[in-house]
Amino acid sequence: MIDAILNYQFMQNAFFAAVLASIACGLIGTIIVEKKLVMLSGGIAHTSFGGIGLGYLLNIEPIYGAFGFAVAASLAIASIRRKIGTGSDTLIGMFWSLGMALGVLFIGFTPGYPPDISSYLFGDILTVRRMDVWLMGALTVFMILAITSLFNYWKAYLFDEEFLRVLGVKSTLLENFLFVMIALAIVILIRVVGIVLVIALLTAPPAAARLYTDNLKKIMGLAVVFGLLFSFSGLTFSYYYDLPSGAVIIITAVLFYFGSVVIKGRNE
Amino acid sequence: MAYAVELKDVSVKYGKINALKEISIQVAEGAFLGIIGPNGGGKTTLLKVILGLIEPEAGEVKIFGNPLSRAVDKIGYVPQISNFDRDFPISVLDVVLMARLGGRVRFFHQYKNEDIKKAEAVLDQLNLLQLKDRQIGKLSGGQLQRVLIARGLAVEPEILLLDEPTANVDASSSSQIYELLKNLNEDKTIIVATHDMAAVSSYFDTLACLNEKLYHHGDKYLDQETTEQVFGCPVDLIAHGHPHHVFAPHGEEENND
Ligand SMILES: Nc1ncnc2c1ncn2[C@@H]1O[C@H](COP(=O)(O)OP(=O)(O)OP(=O)(O)O)[C@@H](O)[C@H]1O
Ligand SMILES: [Mg+2]
Repeated sequence: MIDAILNYQFMQNAFFAAVLASIACGLIGTIIVEKKLVMLSGGIAHTSFGGIGLGYLLNIEPIYGAFGFAVAASLAIASIRRKIGTGSDTLIGMFWSLGMALGVLFIGFTPGYPPDISSYLFGDILTVRRMDVWLMGALTVFMILAITSLFNYWKAYLFDEEFLRVLGVKSTLLENFLFVMIALAIVILIRVVGIVLVIALLTAPPAAARLYTDNLKKIMGLAVVFGLLFSFSGLTFSYYYDLPSGAVIIITAVLFYFGSVVIKGRNE
Repeated sequence: MAYAVELKDVSVKYGKINALKEISIQVAEGAFLGIIGPNGGGKTTLLKVILGLIEPEAGEVKIFGNPLSRAVDKIGYVPQISNFDRDFPISVLDVVLMARLGGRVRFFHQYKNEDIKKAEAVLDQLNLLQLKDRQIGKLSGGQLQRVLIARGLAVEPEILLLDEPTANVDASSSSQIYELLKNLNEDKTIIVATHDMAAVSSYFDTLACLNEKLYHHGDKYLDQETTEQVFGCPVDLIAHGHPHHVFAPHGEEENND
């Protein structure tokens, strides 16, 4: 496989995609898990399917459509959530299905053969293109900068955003920014594990990492390492045995998490 | 001299629910004020209005004679403990360091040595220094409560607001906390929302009774009539046999009944 990575461009793309996806899920996944935004992120991911459908309909790159839909959905959810307060569950559910419905509708309107959407739904790391890698790379660099440069504020925001407001920091700004980053992370991960599976990759690495340390920075780091482990196992299986990479990644991740729970549970 | 905190005709509504109605209160610098009232009486809401977390529908809030926006760094806040995710991966020291973030977002912010020294000094003052590297979920309720007080103090505020600081705390920790507040009161104005009637009679020097409206603000001795109005039933405020000594009356305070 190393040979293939050195020699074939599709394997190089897959390699970079695995690395970038691991970084994205380690950083943003940790925030999502600690801020209890898991279902909300699932909602944003599924809403982005509408964008993929629109991309096909308008004959633009579907991933750009997903990008637009994800960002719009996350900002919309953020602002409606602030208005209605609690009960954002219902709201998320509606966005979730609305996005899927729009996607199906747009694809129905698209002339000609229906396109193969399964790589967007379930991901396929071996079909990642150079252009996807560039987009993923740019978004990941942006995310790393945003999180490291404001790390102390993120930590305070995640723990107690009210206190941050008492200090005079505009926490709504941080919140909107965070929601946009969730959207970006989802776009990064769609090519690798797909819309339907994205939630497990965002949550399993940080949740497993949380079992090994009490330190936010270390959780992020460890989650990136675990993410690499899962992505490369997916890549390996799909290269040698022609298995669907997204599914393998998710199954490894979830099994690893359960394994960690059992082992750590016994230790304590 | 300006009051530490001054509210004029402040009203707050949540949707259609009136939480506070035309509250006017003046808290002198150096006061140790207890706010009592039934559940849902508006104590937390009142503290949040003073902190600027809730925008009142009507009325005016002044801190040392200035509008709130110019005084955020003068107020420390100790929230009700129940709002926390105690599993959150953060150490005691990091919680207290939050107080040193300041009001403006700066990129690549690092805590300075003096911030860490200050945080450790406050932790030491509260007998928590040996716990500074513990994750907060591994503390007892009383310890966590003191950590939150430490965070409020690390802001180096002139006014400290506490929301039910002894709600989850046993009797001896509770009196420790009030002793500590009494000491801090030497150079800070302190406002506490509480249900702890024992503390009311032994520690505070002024008292406010709140149930949507402000029924009493003045010395800590209430007549039965007022308590009945506030709580809907008689509450014995001076039941614990503490001597009825009266603190020197604050000239500025008036009875807002
Ligand atoms: N976020 C909110 N949305 C709607 N109503 C609220 C909200 N917070 C408080 N209220 C209402 O405002 C009123 C005052 O609540 P507040 O929390 O200030 O009371 P409290 O005196 O602190 O009570 P407790 O002793 O139980 O802490 C109550 O009637 C409550 O139902
Ligand atoms: Mg309250």
